[in-house]
Amino acid sequence: MKTTVACRMIFKNLREYLAWLYYQYLLITGIYVLEPWEKSIFNSILFSAIAMVIYTSYVFVPIHVRLALEFFSGVFGGQTKSTMTLMN
Amino acid sequence: MGGCFRQGASALAARSGRLSISPSRRRVPEFTLNDARSGRDIITRFDLNMTEGSASKTFNGDACHRSSNGKSAGKNGYVKNHCMYRQPQKYRRPREKNRNVPHNSSLYKTPFMESFEETPLMVAVLTYMGYGILTIFGYLRDFLRHWNVEKCNVAREREEQKDFVPLYQDFENFYTRNLYMRIRDNWNRPICSVPGAKMDLVERVSQDYNWTFEHTGKVVKDVINMGSYNYLGFAENNGACADAAIEATHKYGVGVGSTRCEMGTLDIHEELEQLVARFLGVESSVAFGMGFATNSMNIPALTGKGCLILSDELNHASLVLGARLSASTIRVFKHNNMQSLEKLLRDAIAHGQPRTHRPWKKILILVEGIYSMEGSIVRLPEVIALKKRYKAYLYLDEAHSIGALGPNGRGVVDYFGLDPKDVDIMMGTFTKSFGAAGGYIGGKKELIDYLRRHSHSALYATSMPPPVAQQIITSMKIIMGEDGTTLGADRLRQLSQNTNYFRRKLREIGFIIYGNDDSPVVPMMLYMPAKIGAFGREMLKRNIGTVVVGFPATPIIESRARFCVSAAHTKEMLDTALEAISEVGDLLQLKYSRREQPLPSLGWMSEESLLQARWFVYGGEKKEKEKRQQQQEQQRDSSRHTDCQLLQEVPVPDMDNARATTPRWCASS
Repeated sequence: MKTTVACRMIFKNLREYLAWLYYQYLLITGIYVLEPWEKSIFNSILFSAIAMVIYTSYVFVPIHVRLALEFFSGVFGGQTKSTMTLMN
Repeated sequence: MGGCFRQGASALAARSGRLSISPSRRRVPEFTLNDARSGRDIITRFDLNMTEGSASKTFNGDACHRSSNGKSAGKNGYVKNHCMYRQPQKYRRPREKNRNVPHNSSLYKTPFMESFEETPLMVAVLTYMGYGILTIFGYLRDFLRHWNVEKCNVAREREEQKDFVPLYQDFENFYTRNLYMRIRDNWNRPICSVPGAKMDLVERVSQDYNWTFEHTGKVVKDVINMGSYNYLGFAENNGACADAAIEATHKYGVGVGSTRCEMGTLDIHEELEQLVARFLGVESSVAFGMGFATNSMNIPALTGKGCLILSDELNHASLVLGARLSASTIRVFKHNNMQSLEKLLRDAIAHGQPRTHRPWKKILILVEGIYSMEGSIVRLPEVIALKKRYKAYLYLDEAHSIGALGPNGRGVVDYFGLDPKDVDIMMGTFTKSFGAAGGYIGGKKELIDYLRRHSHSALYATSMPPPVAQQIITSMKIIMGEDGTTLGADRLRQLSQNTNYFRRKLREIGFIIYGNDDSPVVPMMLYMPAKIGAFGREMLKRNIGTVVVGFPATPIIESRARFCVSAAHTKEMLDTALEAISEVGDLLQLKYSRREQPLPSLGWMSEESLLQARWFVYGGEKKEKEKRQQQQEQQRDSSRHTDCQLLQEVPVPDMDNARATTPRWCASS
């Protein structure tokens, strides 16, 4: 939907396109009608939340993935070994 | 630039109030119509199935059995075997499919096309999210105001009232303070010229985010007016009407200084009333100085305690107020939904009044011709059939439809080609199509004489100023063609052309528009709260004045812009407006419609329509046998070749053009 409209709307440059995207963001979230200080509150809360999500995922996801891998390799690895020993 | 929003506020109050008639959900002994004392002969007639499927649905769907313990059905006032009462009555729009099916199409002489495209789910979710965010900020601001961090600009309780019931805490007030105020610049813009097709606006700015406005002293010139109810373009400061009004002012002055009952009846009023009666095709009529009061003061004169009023859920605030003032029992049926109306009527007759089960003294059905927020036209043929069947009275409010609909401009009765005598009370206003002020009621002579003596509007309200009466007389004569010219007919034709053109174009561009294809009120959906404000502002930047409508007047997610097409609009103006609307639609992402775009038109004309329809059926299409048989049956009745069923069979995607098959509009294209 965005692409078709972007075709219909003629943008001179990227800057204008980004401005339009920001305008859409204002309209859809409804903060278009807010006063500037409210807008900045909303934006800062939203962006800090997003930033925190990204940061935490950057920090914790690799650890969790490693732990999970270790756990599952432990579970499955142990099992194969034990069956092997049984078979032997 | 009407005060839709404000008017809406009362409409909301009205609406919510009406909904409060509702429901006790308790299962109560239910009873079938078979048992009802008077129900026997009614039930036999139900088999005729007045509104398709309603009888069978309601009777098969709800198991209706009278319980043997013999407790009374209407224990606390209402008959509770009524599905309307069992579920919470909230405004739910039926799915689009249901709306498009013409019920009882044999009653209609012309195709009855009304569409209400469903709200896209994503849009609905985002709209609610937007309202959620704004509500959070509203609470934040209220919090700051409460602790005097920021100045409170609106009324609030005084210190000494602290422990009393809060006055400004309800949702209405919250909404006004925190949502409406932010986009208030879109409403109540002062106009400083005649509000014709173009108008001049007083430029104003706000330094404090719409809490106060100041005028810059400049004027925004030549704004295309898409908001006024100037359907026939009689809002003029020159021409025959204005001249006649000036003459009347010279003759009579402006004020009358008394009521109709005392010293306020002038010969011009008598002339006006006779003319109105002739225009409407009724025996007699009475004119009042205010349209709103015509409804709100005359309904109490017509019904009282022990009467039942059946009111459409989207009726105007004036009708609601009148119904409430009358002290009658009010029951609300779903918008334009004949099954719902029939069910209420049937229950009313079968069960009678609550507790006593005496029959109702009167049953009055309140409907409007064109619903001003939906652009829908009342299903009058069906309403009249129901009214006759159940021996109820019909009150038809033609505020928007008089002058704007019908080949002769005589409103919705004329539009459907019905007999005005079938409508008991014909009410209408002079404020819209006639470019004047006031309202009328037409009907039987006894009714009108009764109203003259009992209506507050006639007894206590100052009578209509002579220039206004003269404006109405002159414009009405022009519409009737009694001035010896075809100006009136031209205006009517122009209006229907403009309406069809404007609606078709908007749909082609991809907007969701509501309502009947022939209604000059064109609501265009905006949905999101921020887009209400943005649309109004962007349109004004492009020199087009529009009315945007928000929550109290509409359901919360269905915010809309409402255009009123006028005969005064030229095609260039409409094109300019459409171009701007399309541009803003791209900018704001308003082209929600997911409907397939219509194919190139078939270019039907009145004479050729039948031939072409036949060609389509026999030559052009490989139809199944049964379909063909159906059509042959219809073609036997060749006089009704524009019946909706026929049009339904033939795949005509472009219904606006199919409209041209109607003989009465044929001269237009």
